Amino acid sequence: MARAISTRRKLTFTAIGWLVGFVIFFPILWTVLTSFKTEGEAIASPPHFLFFDWTLQSYYEVQSRSNYFKHMMNSVVISFGSTFIGLLVAIPAAWAMAFSPTKRTKDIMMWMLSTKMLPPVGVLVPIYLLFRDWGLLDTRLGLVIVLTMINLPIIVWMLYTYFKEIPGEILEASRMDGASLAKEIVYVLTPMAVPGIASTLLLNIILAWNEAFWTLNLSAASAAPLTAFIASYSSPEGLFWAKLSAASTLAIAPILILGWFSQRQLVRGLTFGAVK
Amino acid sequence: MATLQTRSAARLMMTPAVLMLFVWMIVPLAMTLYFSLLRYNLLMPGMEEWAGTLNYRYFLTDPAFGAALLNTLLLVGGVLLITLVGGTLLALLLDQPFFGQGIVRLLVIAPFFVMPTVSALVWKNMLMHPVYGIFAWIARLFGLQPVDWLSSLPLFSVTMIVAWQWLPFATLILLTALQSLDEEQKEAAEMDGAGPVSRFIHIVLPHLARAMTVVVLIETIFLLSVFAEILVTTNGGPGTESTNITYLVYAQALLQFDVGGASAGGIVAVILANIVAIFLIRLIGKNLEA
Amino acid sequence: MGSITLEKVSKSFGTTNVIPEIDLEIADGEFVVFVGPSGCGKSTLLRIIAGLEDATAGTIRIDGADATREAPAKRGLSMVFQSYALYPHMSVYGNIAFPLKMAGQEKPAIDKKVRDAARVLNLTDYLDRKPRQLSGGQRQRVAIGRAIVRQPKAFLFDEPLSNLDAALRVNMRLEISELHHQLKTTMVYVTHDQVEAMTMADKIVVLNAGRIEQVGSPLDLYRNPKNLFVAGFIGSPKMNLITGAAAAKENATTIGVRPEHIGLSKREGPWQGTVTVVEHLGADTFVHADVDGVGPVTARAPGEFAVKHSERVFLTPEAEKIYRFGENGDAL
Ligand SMILES: Nc1ncnc2c1ncn2[C@@H]1O[C@H](COP(=O)(O)OP(=O)(O)O)[C@@H](O)[C@H]1O
Ligand SMILES: [Mg+2]
Repeated sequence: MARAISTRRKLTFTAIGWLVGFVIFFPILWTVLTSFKTEGEAIASPPHFLFFDWTLQSYYEVQSRSNYFKHMMNSVVISFGSTFIGLLVAIPAAWAMAFSPTKRTKDIMMWMLSTKMLPPVGVLVPIYLLFRDWGLLDTRLGLVIVLTMINLPIIVWMLYTYFKEIPGEILEASRMDGASLAKEIVYVLTPMAVPGIASTLLLNIILAWNEAFWTLNLSAASAAPLTAFIASYSSPEGLFWAKLSAASTLAIAPILILGWFSQRQLVRGLTFGAVK
Repeated sequence: MATLQTRSAARLMMTPAVLMLFVWMIVPLAMTLYFSLLRYNLLMPGMEEWAGTLNYRYFLTDPAFGAALLNTLLLVGGVLLITLVGGTLLALLLDQPFFGQGIVRLLVIAPFFVMPTVSALVWKNMLMHPVYGIFAWIARLFGLQPVDWLSSLPLFSVTMIVAWQWLPFATLILLTALQSLDEEQKEAAEMDGAGPVSRFIHIVLPHLARAMTVVVLIETIFLLSVFAEILVTTNGGPGTESTNITYLVYAQALLQFDVGGASAGGIVAVILANIVAIFLIRLIGKNLEA
Repeated sequence: MGSITLEKVSKSFGTTNVIPEIDLEIADGEFVVFVGPSGCGKSTLLRIIAGLEDATAGTIRIDGADATREAPAKRGLSMVFQSYALYPHMSVYGNIAFPLKMAGQEKPAIDKKVRDAARVLNLTDYLDRKPRQLSGGQRQRVAIGRAIVRQPKAFLFDEPLSNLDAALRVNMRLEISELHHQLKTTMVYVTHDQVEAMTMADKIVVLNAGRIEQVGSPLDLYRNPKNLFVAGFIGSPKMNLITGAAAAKENATTIGVRPEHIGLSKREGPWQGTVTVVEHLGADTFVHADVDGVGPVTARAPGEFAVKHSERVFLTPEAEKIYRFGENGDAL
């Protein structure tokens, strides 16, 4: 493919590309801009695009009035916690299925996948009641448990597709070279699997951070992560757009950056390896 | 790699994951099934009694169920249509070389990383608000009457919001598939005298078919459970105009405290999702062998 | 020391039996080649010796001691894999040092051994590189280096040359033979290429569908193939196998005669045929002819032999070099 592309063609596509990109990205851009306005300017009509008095006031108020930091910590604890526990359980399982498959491995994999397809409302009632009886409603622990369970199949699957790409002969070679199972995992498997594990971790944190069914239904004031905290801006009387925008910007910025880094893995993870 | 020692170690390593998922799936599902056969309301504790299929008859004959089922289908279908067509066009666009291609790509996929409550509220307030929203401003620029999106076109509005969130997913997958298309195949077709359009129809589209199937099936799984977007924008209303099955079950359980009825609805949702899941599992399973 | 004995070893995957029951002796210092068509169970047999697969039944002895249930690492064998199986995240040095590190040796001792091995294998300049920065032949040498540093009782090779191009293959073949002469360690070498087997082996084991067809020195197999399978497998171009009237005349179901044992002439000979294809290799000429009443026959003439497609030629099989095979395929 070393054919010259005409400059005109390239410029045309540049214009179309940037226009489309701008339109799709606009809601996010607009949120970020609004977060630097005063409440009055946020609802100005016609809207002020760039020429307004930039202020960080909304950011201060989001923290001082509603303790934004607490909710962010809830999000961090819940998404990281569920991801780490998930990895802890999933790495050995994926290892076993990738490198020591049996006749039933495929069935187990498919079954795990099928649990991911269970609609959450199918189990909402019992989970809610059990959590109520066990005092897990509106606790970080409860949400960590739920998110671990709902993302476990994705973690196992992603790791599996990564492990599958490590040639079995290399592990056999290490066995011939005298490595015990533990040493094989430490010196050979893990270094080769680190990129895959890292991508899995990243994607899973994104998914857990943005999860908005269980977090909305099982949390109230104290364990509410950002998804639920921001939902509280939906009440009609809460039309504070600048503050909503500031809270939203803080909530999406870290994950947006993580997401940009992991776009490739996203495809693989969310399609269960069906598209790479 | 298949000696006895490695195999028994493997079984041990799989146990925790399998056990955890098994408990997670079977116990609550069995409870839902059991509740669905009871008359059980949280507001009347101690009054539980056997109800047989009553809850199912109630749930299925409730006019809200018909509306919710239709809304679910419209929502899923609408989002699929928009994301597939839009995703294909975007993927084709992003596959062209142009200046700043990498950055545009980041802009296009960004909505996928925005949490559902944020995107729903941003759209609801700052874009779709009948007075202060950007859409209203644009309408007035052209001398048109602004639309009150969420009250007059609630389901359409929710569809737009959800489609915006899922467009990047479709784009990314279709782009990945597009880029895995063998250059030589396209060159061979070109040598055979195929123009750009027939190359797209005969070479590119068939190659994308698989990825499109994956997009349809996976999006369907997630779209059947759209919840937060409805909760923070319309609360399912006005009336039941934007209520989907997921929201209906939620309302039954946590707003009306009707455990029995909600459980019956949950089982119905499980059955609907299973119909899709069977196709998806087949597809992925086939891939596992290849 | 490194003698290996297989006693009644068999292997099944589930219900499919891939190796029926094998007995085999490999003497210390011997270069043994397992040869056979693809899928006949060579790798499986090698992996059973290595301990990477369990034998379904039977006993494996290494230096006389029962090693059947021993873990691969404990058997004191080294293996070179077809894909080389180098550790991609380690340098050449790290790869070669790995088995020594696993054995818990001291740093200075490791360093010396790695550098010695690198010198022998011409890898000194590449010690800091990663495997992906090496050519195929260099990777192959790293894999061999990793195998020799721990001074194993025996080396196992699974088609180590099949990923190399033809010229390199000949070179590496010589290097491995050379290495065997230097180290005098037992080597078990798997290949589907009979030329590799003939050129390298002290002893060839011909396998077919998991069964041993014949064991012997290369020339032994060449001269006295026990059956049709071995006769057809060993030697290049392949032995002509002829059935029908020509065979019946020799009181056999099938007769075999190697191309190099057929004289070619334009004037006279017992067999007369029409040339179909001629291959001029310079040193030899292969003539493929359709012989009247016999069928297609290949003959090999030393040097140049001027003949063209569709010309008539005369062929003379050397009487004492004709092999006779009975109805069941065994040599008579
Ligand atoms: N893990 C396995 N499970 C089932 N069958 C196998 C397995 N490994 C090898 N086989 C079968 O055993 C036979 C011998 O394989 P192999 O030893 O790899 O042959 P070779 O190395 O001679 O080409 C083949 O028919 C192959 O399909
Ligand atoms: Mg093999």
